[in-house]
Amino acid sequence: MAQTVPAAQLVARCRAGDEGAWAELVERFSRYVYAIATQGFRLRDHDAEDVFQEVFAKVYERLDSLRNDEAIQPWIAQLTRRVCLDKLRSGSREEITDESELAVDPDEDAIARIDDALDVHEAMRGLSDNCREILDRFFARDETYRTIGDELELPAGTIASRISRCLVKLRDELEGRNPLAAESGGQVNV
Amino acid sequence: MSTYDEDRLSGLIAALPPAPEGWVLAAQELPFVRTELDAVVAKAEADDEFRRALIADLEATLAREGYEPERPLVDALRRHFADS
Repeated sequence: MAQTVPAAQLVARCRAGDEGAWAELVERFSRYVYAIATQGFRLRDHDAEDVFQEVFAKVYERLDSLRNDEAIQPWIAQLTRRVCLDKLRSGSREEITDESELAVDPDEDAIARIDDALDVHEAMRGLSDNCREILDRFFARDETYRTIGDELELPAGTIASRISRCLVKLRDELEGRNPLAAESGGQVNV
Repeated sequence: MSTYDEDRLSGLIAALPPAPEGWVLAAQELPFVRTELDAVVAKAEADDEFRRALIADLEATLAREGYEPERPLVDALRRHFADS
């Protein structure tokens, strides 16, 4: 099972110059920043890459200014929003051919969903390596049963049942973290 | 009733696909370019001609001075000169 170092601890270690902690912090929030840029603001890859690098450079340079290490996620979210908006205002976004793709304002529903998705991915850290890998490869990386089976040296015919079992474990992990949401059917952040 | 049914969970896992590997690696290298960044900035502050050359053509000037003009360093210098 993966060790789940709280993000706040990673921040403290980054501040102390721990390069491994920085690499892990980037890894942990890379999907989040990428998703906000590409789904929340619908930036094309070229601009999303600029935003991605600028966000992490700002995080690195300004980590000392973060007052509460527990607030790293909303801080990164806010930085990403600002950098995306700057990018849009700079007018350097690639020309949009389909008017329906025009996103002057962020898609707030998409950003709320990205926050929920980050909670789920954090909960996946509490699963076995095997479960986490199978769920990520199938749903987030869109890999086939055959590819997953080949990569993880598992019979392809067992992947579907493993996915189902791992989803149950993930649900238990989430409900263990957030029992009020499970009881009320609502969204409660802890 | 759980809020985390299979459809919702699978959708939320899928909502965070991995960022391109090269982007992640470049961001992870930031601490390693810090020393080079500080050296280039110090030289630019001490040498006007070098500073002008950097602003005119960052990558070529870095290469001429023996630095690898890789993205984290180039981006950091662009931000530095844009802010200064």
